Amino acid sequence: MNSVFFLVLRRMRAPIIVLIVFYAIAVLGLTLVPGVNADGTPAPAMSFFHAFYFISYTATTIGFGEIPVAFSNAQRLWTTACIYMTVISWSYSILTLLALLQDKAFQHTLVASGFSRRVARLHAPFFLVCGCGETGSLICRALDILGYDFVILDKDPQRVEELDLEDFKTNDPTLAADAGAAANLLMAGLRHRQCKGVLAVTNDEECNLAIAINTRLLNPDIPVLARARSPGVMASMASFGTHHIVNAYERFAEYLALAVSSPERFRLIEILTGLPGTALPQVHRPPHGRWIICGYGLFGRSIARYLTLPGITLTVVDPESDGPANGRTVRGIGTEVHVLEAAGIREAHGIVAGSPNDINNLSIAMMAKKLNPHIFVVARQNQGANDVLFDTFRADFSMVHTRIVAQECISVITTPLLSRFLAAIRQADERESQALVQRLEEVCKGHVPEVWSVTLDQHNALAAHKALLNKRPLSAGHLLRNGARRETSLPAIILMIERNGEVFLLPDADFMLMADDTVLLAGLHLVRSSLLLTLHNANVLHYILTGEDKGGGWLWQRISARRH
Amino acid sequence: MNLEKVIFAFFIVFAATLNFGFFLGDIDRPELHNIYELFAAIVINMIATVLKFGDRTQIGAVLLSTSLVADLQLIAAAVIWAVAVHVNGAGMTPDVTASVVSLSGGALLANIISVTMLVVETVMMRR
Repeated sequence: MNSVFFLVLRRMRAPIIVLIVFYAIAVLGLTLVPGVNADGTPAPAMSFFHAFYFISYTATTIGFGEIPVAFSNAQRLWTTACIYMTVISWSYSILTLLALLQDKAFQHTLVASGFSRRVARLHAPFFLVCGCGETGSLICRALDILGYDFVILDKDPQRVEELDLEDFKTNDPTLAADAGAAANLLMAGLRHRQCKGVLAVTNDEECNLAIAINTRLLNPDIPVLARARSPGVMASMASFGTHHIVNAYERFAEYLALAVSSPERFRLIEILTGLPGTALPQVHRPPHGRWIICGYGLFGRSIARYLTLPGITLTVVDPESDGPANGRTVRGIGTEVHVLEAAGIREAHGIVAGSPNDINNLSIAMMAKKLNPHIFVVARQNQGANDVLFDTFRADFSMVHTRIVAQECISVITTPLLSRFLAAIRQADERESQALVQRLEEVCKGHVPEVWSVTLDQHNALAAHKALLNKRPLSAGHLLRNGARRETSLPAIILMIERNGEVFLLPDADFMLMADDTVLLAGLHLVRSSLLLTLHNANVLHYILTGEDKGGGWLWQRISARRH
Repeated sequence: MNLEKVIFAFFIVFAATLNFGFFLGDIDRPELHNIYELFAAIVINMIATVLKFGDRTQIGAVLLSTSLVADLQLIAAAVIWAVAVHVNGAGMTPDVTASVVSLSGGALLANIISVTMLVVETVMMRR
């Protein structure tokens, strides 16, 4: 039995006992008080049966009058006392029950037990998202588009209530509770058979660390992704074996450096790791040369470290700390003209407005544009709420850390193969990257494509697996044929095929597949379901391979076989 | 000393003794079985049952179930009495009395189990 039931029973003890006692006294009294006959002679008292019947309807204030015969005055006196007694005891019971229902602790137990029941009933693979602020909701929205289930834990009850208003396709369980506590994580399905991963993306670093540690200890088999900012927390997460630590500052600095040194490859990574369904990002071409970094906190430090490339000189503007050894430092925030001029704004090629204050960053960026209209502006946006301001300003490159964390989490947990692909194309030169970017742009028509992998085994691709085991030739090109008209092909690209740990990058259409290969694809969402049909439905696969339509099920095949 | 435990023990033992008092005497002689004693046994038994509500311990759960059994038996006895006296007008004939008293005997057995468990729990408690 669940705890809610026990809580109710426990709280209702006193009122129920009062009810029983008052009923007993009332019934007992009625069996003792003498009655009167119609002719005025004294009559014996009521029996227990009549007394109980009379009290039952009197106590519930139904009131039928005096039954079975008119009462004596002594009986009326006692009945008056009974009415007040029983009304008090019923009111006490009802008030206790109402108070219990309004009790915060009771409500929490009620919500929590409902939540854990729903989690236990989940049958599809799901992710456990801890913290549902800006990052968390971006992740949830993307997971929703990709068709995954998720369970959300967030500390803020108001935020959880707002989540109910989000228009998710599936009705996913959410609970307002501290995600750092082991009990809450377990209730949210940390040890659930279908739990495929934990995302620790709360705003609180210590909490993220606690989630990572809990996951490593309580269920070491599932991956945990944790968000961190400071090097200390990153180090302790790493020492606990957290599978993936997402540091938005480091990642953005790395991307910026990549965009400076090899813009085409950066563009390719940007397209493949974007949030599916959003508009394709703009092309960024940050220049080499003199760069100014405003704000030398954790973010500025990461940028300075990654931007230490040949051909780049750095000037740091910060009110307190000193810049790196290889650059100049100017004291100030960067919103003042004389500070920017001292930092050499007129000769600079790029500026990073990277303070933790959004308004300051916008002010720096606008001032810089005014002083030097050709400068490349990188703006850091701290809060999603300031979207409108930053969209209006249109920096050349903006950094929204919630978006970066969300992108990285999604690409890592939904397609583990993608990171291998990205590592593999590090050797690719700019020309190859550009060619692939062009193909992707043609395929996905202005939106970020979905990237997914499918393993050609019995579980994920029944028909294809069977065909491959029967030595029927199935090539990479066949996968992308349209199941309705095989002459046309689906708008998708096969990025990579993995076979026993070996990878084949960008296979051409003649590449022959084997059973248990894993294929990594990029394309629009509708391609995914179309491909699923090809891989699972033997008739569609047969049509694609041979061009003849075999017709529907077993019965139809029997009929058509007899006709030939 | 735990006041809750004292009160519970009081009601369990009280229920058993009242039940025993009603049960005592020749099974088919209505004048030996006082109806007020049956009434008191029912009330005290119900209170003892409610006192075990919301007890999540194993022994608490078993005590709750034995109390519920006693309640059911006693209420059945009361219903038979009411039917015989007021519904079909048979009155307290020896066989009606026998069935009322034997039902209360069943309740007595359940109450004895309760008391035994109470004693066992008390003996096993070390401080």
